[in-house]
Amino acid sequence: MRALNLKLLRNLWKLRGQVLAIAVVIASGVAVLVMSLSALQALQDTATAYYERQRFADVFSNVKRAPYRLVESISAIPGVRSVDARIKQIATLSIEGFDEPVIGQLVSIPEQGEPSLNRLVLRSGRLVTLGHPDEVVLSESFAEAHRLKPGDQLKALMNGNQRTLTVVGVALSPEFIYAIGPGALIPDDLRFGVMWLGNEALSAAYDLEGAFNDLSLGLLHGTNPKLVIEHLDRLLERYGSSGAIARKDQISNWFLMNEIEQLKTMSTILPTIFLAVAAFLSNMVLSRLIATDRSEIGLMKAFGYSNWQVGWHYTKLVMAMTSVGILLGWLLGAWLGRVNTEIYADLFRFPLLIFRPDPGVFAIGALVSLIAALAGSLGSVRQAATLPPAEAMLPPAPPLFRKTGLSQSRVSHWLDQPTRIILRQIFRSPLRALFTSFGIALSVAVMVMALQWIDSIEKIVEVYFHDAQRQNMMVGVVETQSDTTLEAFKRMPGVLAVEPMRFVSAEFHAGNRNHRGSIEGVLPNPELQRVYDASGRVLDVPPDGLILSTKLAKKLDVGTGDALWVEVLQDRRPQREIPVVALFETYMGTPAYMNIDALNQLMGQRPSLDAVNLLVDKRQLPRLYQRLKTIPKVSAVVLKDAAVQEFNDTMAETLMIYISFFAAFACALGFGVVYNSTRIALSERGRELATLRVLGFHRGEISYILLGEAALLILVGLPLGCFVGHGLGWLMTSAMDSELYRIPLVIKAATDATAVVVTLGATAFSAAVVRRRLDHLDLIAVLKTRE
Amino acid sequence: MSESDQRQITLSGNTLTKTYHTGAVDVQALRGVGIQLFEGELVVLLGPSGSGKSTLLNILGGLDTPSSGQVYFHELEITAGDESVLTRYRRDHVGFVFQFYNLIPSLTARENVALVTEIAMQPMDPAEALSMVGLGDRLDHFPAQLSGGEQQRVAIARAIAKRPDILLCDEPTGALDSHTGILVLEAIERVNRELGTTTAVITHNTVIGNMADRVLHFGDGQVVDSVNNTSRQPAKELSW
Repeated sequence: MRALNLKLLRNLWKLRGQVLAIAVVIASGVAVLVMSLSALQALQDTATAYYERQRFADVFSNVKRAPYRLVESISAIPGVRSVDARIKQIATLSIEGFDEPVIGQLVSIPEQGEPSLNRLVLRSGRLVTLGHPDEVVLSESFAEAHRLKPGDQLKALMNGNQRTLTVVGVALSPEFIYAIGPGALIPDDLRFGVMWLGNEALSAAYDLEGAFNDLSLGLLHGTNPKLVIEHLDRLLERYGSSGAIARKDQISNWFLMNEIEQLKTMSTILPTIFLAVAAFLSNMVLSRLIATDRSEIGLMKAFGYSNWQVGWHYTKLVMAMTSVGILLGWLLGAWLGRVNTEIYADLFRFPLLIFRPDPGVFAIGALVSLIAALAGSLGSVRQAATLPPAEAMLPPAPPLFRKTGLSQSRVSHWLDQPTRIILRQIFRSPLRALFTSFGIALSVAVMVMALQWIDSIEKIVEVYFHDAQRQNMMVGVVETQSDTTLEAFKRMPGVLAVEPMRFVSAEFHAGNRNHRGSIEGVLPNPELQRVYDASGRVLDVPPDGLILSTKLAKKLDVGTGDALWVEVLQDRRPQREIPVVALFETYMGTPAYMNIDALNQLMGQRPSLDAVNLLVDKRQLPRLYQRLKTIPKVSAVVLKDAAVQEFNDTMAETLMIYISFFAAFACALGFGVVYNSTRIALSERGRELATLRVLGFHRGEISYILLGEAALLILVGLPLGCFVGHGLGWLMTSAMDSELYRIPLVIKAATDATAVVVTLGATAFSAAVVRRRLDHLDLIAVLKTRE
Repeated sequence: MSESDQRQITLSGNTLTKTYHTGAVDVQALRGVGIQLFEGELVVLLGPSGSGKSTLLNILGGLDTPSSGQVYFHELEITAGDESVLTRYRRDHVGFVFQFYNLIPSLTARENVALVTEIAMQPMDPAEALSMVGLGDRLDHFPAQLSGGEQQRVAIARAIAKRPDILLCDEPTGALDSHTGILVLEAIERVNRELGTTTAVITHNTVIGNMADRVLHFGDGQVVDSVNNTSRQPAKELSW
């Protein structure tokens, strides 16, 4: 078999152009799979390792104030391994060179030793020390946003007292991977920061000596957090707890898991599409390639090689060709996977990175590609091998063409012969033509699907931030305040309009379905924060009853007219049945609205509020900022413009990575499809084209025949691709539907156009490469050899 | 070639050489060939394979360029032209017939001929060309529906439909049995006689030499002998 192996190598070398083009297609499929799954795996592994190493807690709870001695009884709850009782407070910060008020989340850590849970990863400086109550450790993202480093100072309004704090260290915490300020949607490191102060310092500042207001529990392995939470809630009820939550509901972890979950969706759907396309293409290309080798197969058989040996020879050829692609895909995928993981790790500020791609992922990619390629090629080998050798060695009889309806029609008189050649080629093997068009369509479709995100995100911003919200600022207050606060805000500089809001945490029950969330109390006809349906409808808020987002209604399986059992989780913890009076569609979260008066009534409280929405004269903003920095009870300041900016930036960071990867792969696909199909057509029909050159046709005229056919198939593929792209977009946006947000399917005409133009570019490039070959067609060699 | 020849020269080649560089070896296919084809003449080029006759035909037909020497078509030196001049020359003046027909499988007999007439200056009607080669009743058949001899005659019709000045045939009967081969030769003979097309036929079949005005014997890249036939034997009387 040595001579045959040599032939194999030479064949591979001779076909190097096509080997490469097929490899590019196979590599795209394998690379996308390896990239997505290895990045996903790495993120999951890294998060888990990070959590474990820093002892991220399993259960979280908060109270108004509870004595330290309670820790003993909490530790005694079965399944609890360790307890960390802390103080958590909100402070308004003033930072030199930054006008806007900044919200600081203060968290206590022991002045000596490390906390038992949620340990910090010190990035620079040191932790706080005993006897220095003004020492503070900043979260890295916040410190970087303001360029603060150990030794720098900042001012904090703590419990009504203006304090100057000195930064001694910069750290990371597993608890604040996603550091989201109150009332915000996404992290804004300029306007919200986590900072750690000594336990003594914080308890003194907030009059909580001998007491705590926040609790984290570490559980023994295998303990059901639900049972512990029940136990804990009973213990803490009289201390003003709004109910404990498990790690899965902890806000930072919830966001992180949501992000990973989204990646998972992308990692399953997209590589499947790519691998399928790649498999389909390699199958098509290889079957045609082998069909052109039929006389060699006849020769081998004439020499006495068995069908099995011939089959094995070509199996090896196909395996070698496919392996090039697989290897390329592995390398590219592993590299991109690592790059991708690093980008995410950077975004989440993981202090460590575990990139250990599962060999299974590589195996799956290889196996699917190999099987598809072999299935495509072995059919042709079998066909050639079953022919008697004498017949196989002869050139195949001219393929039989038939006149189609088109030839008989009147149109045909207008067609010149080259155009007839194009049309008959297409009609003779419509399936092959369809496959080529479909391959191009898939390349367009993947591109549309990738680019569609930009449109969808734009739509979300438009509806959520511009149509629904008329305010340009939201200010949250610490503890519920009476509605006289409203008057105080009205008098502030630049304030044009004010509306109160209430947030009450509650658990909704409908049958055996539950949801832990909150009720937002708003005015009957809010002018600023409107109850806005994504279709453009503004809802009135009736005197009583709940208005649910459709996502929440679906989760609870209720509709308008149904009743919910609402269990309030704060203050006097009232419980009541409340009817659902309307539904509305929103892209963000799972809100439930209620008339603010009705909500205050439910709580048994006088008119009060937790936040105000403000419409502010932007010219007066600096003065307003100054004023806000002096108010002790401010817990949140959310600026709409900043929120939109942050939202766009965050999306740009994460989504754009994905979009650009897939756009690049889609280009590779488009190139691969057109190059392979025209290149094979060229080897199948080189003789025909050379004949035309001999007959006096110019290079351009014969290019027209080969590339004209490709162009026609591309032309069919483009609109088909847009159509399929809309379908894929729908598939992706449906799959991404989560409680965090829904992605509306919006595809602008410009997006379709971009995908079409980019694909056209990729296909034009491959056509140009083939055209170069056409120009160097060796007329004599083609005419001398039989086929 | 007699010096008293007063006929007009259609095509001439002077001291043509051609060297192919294949890897480490240089193969000299033509070693200084001089040739003149007269108007209306039917010349047969005889010789063993590898003797350089196909190379000469390719160079005369503008499919290839010589390493040295010139080719003149009337007064036009085609060896001085570039790729587009050669294409133009083939398109307007030369008709080719090959051993393996080289028909376009996706076009019918009529359309294969029309392929050429559409780009020619004063073409015949495709049906007329096909009638000349005896295929007036098979106009709408695709190549796959025709026998080898019929396919070759379509190729001849395709070559002559543009009324070329020169018809170059490379082993036109090489792939055919003798009966069919003679039908093909009859077609070539008829075109030569009725249209007065200067015709060169390459073959290694010496019998075919009998139908020519002149037979050029090829060997080792050179014309080794030139024989003028006193009379042309009709193609249908040939046998091998």
